[in-house]
Amino acid sequence: MSDIASRVKAIIVEKLGVDENEVTPEASFTNDLGADSLDTVELIMEFEKEFNVAIPDDQAETIGTVGQSIAYLEKNVK
Amino acid sequence: MELKRVVVTGLGTLTPIGNTVSDYWNGLINGVSGAAPITKFDTTHFKTKFACEVKNFDPENFMDRKEARKLDPFVHYALASTDEAVKDAGLEFDKLDTNRIGVIWGAGIGGLKTFLDEVTYFAKGDGTPRFNPFFIPKMIIDIVSGHISIKYGLRGPNFATVSACASSTNALIDSFNYIRLGMTDVILSGGSEAIINEAGIGGFNAMHALSTRNDDPSTASRPFDKDRDGFVAGEGAGTIILEELEHAKARGAKIYAEMLGGGMSADANHITAPHPEGLGALLVMANALRDANLTTADIDYINVHGTSTPLGDLSETKAIVDLFGEHAYKLNISSTKSMTGHLLGATGAIEAVAAILSIQHNIIPPTINHFTDDPTIDPNLNLTFHKAQKRIVRAALSNTFGFGGHNASVIFKKYEGS
Repeated sequence: MSDIASRVKAIIVEKLGVDENEVTPEASFTNDLGADSLDTVELIMEFEKEFNVAIPDDQAETIGTVGQSIAYLEKNVK
Repeated sequence: MELKRVVVTGLGTLTPIGNTVSDYWNGLINGVSGAAPITKFDTTHFKTKFACEVKNFDPENFMDRKEARKLDPFVHYALASTDEAVKDAGLEFDKLDTNRIGVIWGAGIGGLKTFLDEVTYFAKGDGTPRFNPFFIPKMIIDIVSGHISIKYGLRGPNFATVSACASSTNALIDSFNYIRLGMTDVILSGGSEAIINEAGIGGFNAMHALSTRNDDPSTASRPFDKDRDGFVAGEGAGTIILEELEHAKARGAKIYAEMLGGGMSADANHITAPHPEGLGALLVMANALRDANLTTADIDYINVHGTSTPLGDLSETKAIVDLFGEHAYKLNISSTKSMTGHLLGATGAIEAVAAILSIQHNIIPPTINHFTDDPTIDPNLNLTFHKAQKRIVRAALSNTFGFGGHNASVIFKKYEGS
């Protein structure tokens, strides 16, 4: 697992209060991990903070699963 | 229309001297002080370095970690005391009409810690507004009654009352009125506060409102003492279940006491100082007595606001003497803030619990920390110094006064079936 992936998973475990083994690449924040719309906004903000990137709203809307967040960050984090 | 009778059927508390009602009451009648050096932040640069903190409290005993993280401590405290009160009252919501059960809650300041953290984070940044999406819903006072309703599925009246240190007394009075008007059957009422942080202590210090007796925290809250030097900040929560009498009887609920009346008034004088002659205090007690249809002679105990500030204690005792006349000297009067500190928006709730339990147990909790008489305070008043006193308590009055000049008082009486 890449460094980015493990940090993303740690944030999700912390913020959504879920078990690490639930945080699979396919897992949807809202459908599988119990997040509501505010939780999702908070997750994106935590990713921005952790990786020092700005994720524009139109991009943030495309990030709905664990795998999508890892892919986005691996592509955009320098 | 005939007003319904309203009774108390459940109690819950989380206080600096006990995390349950029984521990709180034992602390009160044994004269325990909840004051100690502040553990929640570094007080190096603060004038006051102690407070009455809640001790050994873990919000995760009442909610999961994810939920706990999204709530300010003043909501954690409220959910804890309400959990105890709901169990105590034996309320089984699945068997009741939850459209007729409400939540009316008081807090004076609300999510101050949340506000402080979020604004500090913003101020340290480059001006980009990266506020947490939970910032506002974590901070606002009314969110507490929202959370309680969500947890139990209660769809009756739901809001918060704000009148500084009278907030939760106003919540009790509103609850009482909605029930006696027949608009609801049950209300989970009370108050909570959590201001022991840099902003809360620093803010009250700036007003010279807090005691600075850092060398002896446990004797710092000394209402009516000549050397009192300000209040001691406290935190916590109290929940009181108010219920329409016939509804309570129908489900076989235990009844602690009857709520008989509530009074409100304003000083219309100064934002923080009490009226020097205690006019607002006199008026609020008179209003409560009239609402309860009682005379001064019917009251046995007054749980005073008595915050241990030089001006407040004096004007309140003057008001009692002026209103109660000769009966003033037959009353038991005490300030339980000598033990708990001042819980601000939660104080009305926990002191109403003290008044209710004094009626139930026929014991008056003391005013501890009395060392030197204040020559300006009437020496013939029984301020219940040092030790609890046994006494039949037919009815008890609880006073609360808030910054802004808001005054609110409630009266509870021994329940007599009819």
